Amino acid sequence: MQNHFPLWKNSLVLITFLISLIYALPNLYGEDPSVQISSTTPERISQQKASEIESAITALGVSTKQFEYKDGRVLARLSSTDDQLKIADGLRDQLGNAFTVALNLAPNTPSWLQAIGAQAMYLGLDLRGGVHFLLEVDMDAAVKQAEERYIDDVRLALRREKIRYLSVAKDNGFIKVKLKVAEELPSFISILNKEFRGLDITESKQANDELWLKISERDQKDIKKFAVAQNMTTLRNRVNELGVAEPVIQQQGDNRIVVQLPGVQDTTRAKEILGTTATLEYRLVDVEHDVQKALEGHPPIGSRLYYDKNAQPLLLNRQIIVTGDQIVDADSGMDQDGRAAVFITLNGVGATKMGKFTQQNVGKPMAVVFIEYKVDTRIVNGEKVRHKEKVEKVISVATIQGVFSKRFQTTGLDSPQEARNLSLLLRAGALAAPVDIVEERTVGPSLGQDNIDKGFLSFIVGFILVVLFMAVYYRLFGMIANFALAFNVVIVVAILSMLQATLTLPGIAGIILTVGMSVDANVLIFERIKEEIREGNTPQTSIFIGYEKAFATILDSHVTNLVVAIVLFAFGTGSVKGFAVTLIIGILSSMFTAITGTRMVINWIYGDRRVEKLSI
Amino acid sequence: MKLTTINFIGNRNIALIFSSILSVASLVSLGVNGLQMGIDFTGGTLIEVGYQQPADITVLRSTLDGAGFADATVQNFGTAKDVLIRLKLQEGVSSVDLSSKVLEAINKTTAEPASLRRVEFVGPQIGDDLAQDGFLALLYSTIGILIYVAWRFEWKFSLGAVIATFHDVIVTLGVFSLLGMEFDLTVLAAVLALIGYSLNDTIVVYDRIRESFLTMRNKSTEEMMNISVNVTLSRTIMTSLTVILVLASLFFLGGEVIHGFAVVLLFGVFFGTYSSIFIASPVALMFGVCPADLVPVVKEGEHFDNLP
Repeated sequence: MQNHFPLWKNSLVLITFLISLIYALPNLYGEDPSVQISSTTPERISQQKASEIESAITALGVSTKQFEYKDGRVLARLSSTDDQLKIADGLRDQLGNAFTVALNLAPNTPSWLQAIGAQAMYLGLDLRGGVHFLLEVDMDAAVKQAEERYIDDVRLALRREKIRYLSVAKDNGFIKVKLKVAEELPSFISILNKEFRGLDITESKQANDELWLKISERDQKDIKKFAVAQNMTTLRNRVNELGVAEPVIQQQGDNRIVVQLPGVQDTTRAKEILGTTATLEYRLVDVEHDVQKALEGHPPIGSRLYYDKNAQPLLLNRQIIVTGDQIVDADSGMDQDGRAAVFITLNGVGATKMGKFTQQNVGKPMAVVFIEYKVDTRIVNGEKVRHKEKVEKVISVATIQGVFSKRFQTTGLDSPQEARNLSLLLRAGALAAPVDIVEERTVGPSLGQDNIDKGFLSFIVGFILVVLFMAVYYRLFGMIANFALAFNVVIVVAILSMLQATLTLPGIAGIILTVGMSVDANVLIFERIKEEIREGNTPQTSIFIGYEKAFATILDSHVTNLVVAIVLFAFGTGSVKGFAVTLIIGILSSMFTAITGTRMVINWIYGDRRVEKLSI
Repeated sequence: MKLTTINFIGNRNIALIFSSILSVASLVSLGVNGLQMGIDFTGGTLIEVGYQQPADITVLRSTLDGAGFADATVQNFGTAKDVLIRLKLQEGVSSVDLSSKVLEAINKTTAEPASLRRVEFVGPQIGDDLAQDGFLALLYSTIGILIYVAWRFEWKFSLGAVIATFHDVIVTLGVFSLLGMEFDLTVLAAVLALIGYSLNDTIVVYDRIRESFLTMRNKSTEEMMNISVNVTLSRTIMTSLTVILVLASLFFLGGEVIHGFAVVLLFGVFFGTYSSIFIASPVALMFGVCPADLVPVVKEGEHFDNLP
């Protein structure tokens, strides 16, 4: 009976083992808490600036483990998280908006391992600490906004084509257009067909001079898709402004966005920055009409009633001079009088408009309107109600002193902090549709480390218990199974590292469970070998038949296990997915190690010779 | 372990009656006690804070009461220094800044500021989604198993496997509801892992029964089943023991967060082992499984080819 592996099989096992070992290695080196400084402008950090930063760190009274300057970025490795926070706060104050200061965990992996792409496992937020947000994009609002845009555009088109109309108004999901003369309807329809392909047209049954327009299904779909994509871009910009290393921003489902910010502890600020849809609008103050009359419910056509910060009413022109979309850059600071100010830079279109406008209106007052959408879900009478609020307030009214266009400043904000947040939001761009935080999971750094420690300890203890148990019960064969078990853990860690799949606490539990379950294949084989020996077969034959007969069973039992793990992966979210991933990898690799791995060693020991008795 | 000759199949009625009682009791417990659904499914806010000194729960409770969080539940978590605060979805209050408000409130009265260890907020729409996904996962894995086992074996085995697995899940959940532990996403993952495990165990026994059906002659179906259960007995027990070893380690050392997970699997493995020995095969037998179901049909003519 030949219990002998061909060379290729031996090589396969050994090479797999070696590669796994190398790629699992980075996990042993650990990570340094560090601070990463990069430039927010296309210009990279210069060597000179880098040395300035280095001396700034020394001036803060903290000694760095290592100071790296590479690819126009600076990385300061530190010995504790306290130092890390201290330095990050200090540098943020000193460096200002031109630089991003991010907290990071820099791996200690030696360069030869980095060179072959070996990395440590990617730890989930429950292990490294940080915030996980799930944001829901308000699709209805996105469609409503599009509807508003269509109304404006339809009006413009009607005017341009000199088609007289009585009204263009929203009603029950329709845009109802009433013309003055029914005869002009056909020419209106032809315009619609040419320029407004996104609108479905229904002719009114009651009146022959009226058309009902509705945004088509397809266009609605596009609007929604665009809203999510645009929001992701904006969120990415905002997160970059926040200074977070390795943020994750991903779409989930049709209308949800996952934002993960490792290492972030100040969730309030993070929430403020992510969730708000703040923007600015510049409008002319209507001084010709009476505010009092408007308050009584008769606002003049062309104007709207607003309130300033002191709740004083004032009338503003309906026409907007410049909106937040036209702002390309914004910076915060103080004006000459020491008030918090935001310095605005407009794009070409905005600058032209602003220039023209200010030229014609010198001496007139202009208002800055701060607009913010707030969305949250509340429970009212046991029902879940989406609560939406558009907050508009006039933050400043100033007389136009002279002509300006591209660059100017806006004051009237409550605090430098507010000015800073607003300038950040303006820089990062507006959200295309309001978002609602529907899930938040924050894990403090101490709990993260606790979870790692506990997970690791229970893994070690569980592993040792199984190893002892197998060695006592199956003796030499048990030891061989233990070798396969260790091999299996190395492969699981290596594959997790290579895939950079997220390791979570349930993921660690999955590895531990795999340790307990992966010896199952060996138990099956060994019991079968024992059985064959009992039947009177020779040791060599027993080994051969044992492996052969057990194989089908192992396959069947592992596949059913795998089916469940895959379902778990498909439906699980977050940490549960992490569990499913380790389980799947564990099941697959255990089949290799427990069958082929052990067989190789057993063949080395017992193969090709006369054997009287097996140590099983 | 010596080869056993216990008459499992002959005494199957004892096991079946026992399991029926156990299942009914579990269903009653589930009906009466229910499962303590965690915020993953109900929605709400959960805040874990840590102190250097053991925390005074009563003070915290009254503080929160006074601050307008009347429905907050406060309890120790693992140690006396860790405190878990749970809040339902609040009527008329935005849930987004709830956690900072709670922290602010409790820090006003305690001498030592609490360190925030964990915040979980799950909005109502997410809770529903997670519950739905969980249910679908259970459904799809059951269907997947039914199909696989029916394909590899036969539909009677398939039903037997699913019934045995359901038995394990129901009884485990029954125990879980008696213990009053919180049922969250991690626990749900454990339930699904349990399905995988319990099935794995059952399949090994079935595999052996199939083999016996194909190789043994002159024995009744019952006898063949009994022999199969007996020869796989030591393997069934050995594997369960190794899994129980690692789960015990996880239970005692893995920390509070993973407790529910470990408990479900500990009980699950226990019942899973029991059912694959005592329940799975008798159920398949009850559905009338017999060697003819698995022996491949001999084609006409083939017989002659094999003649010398």
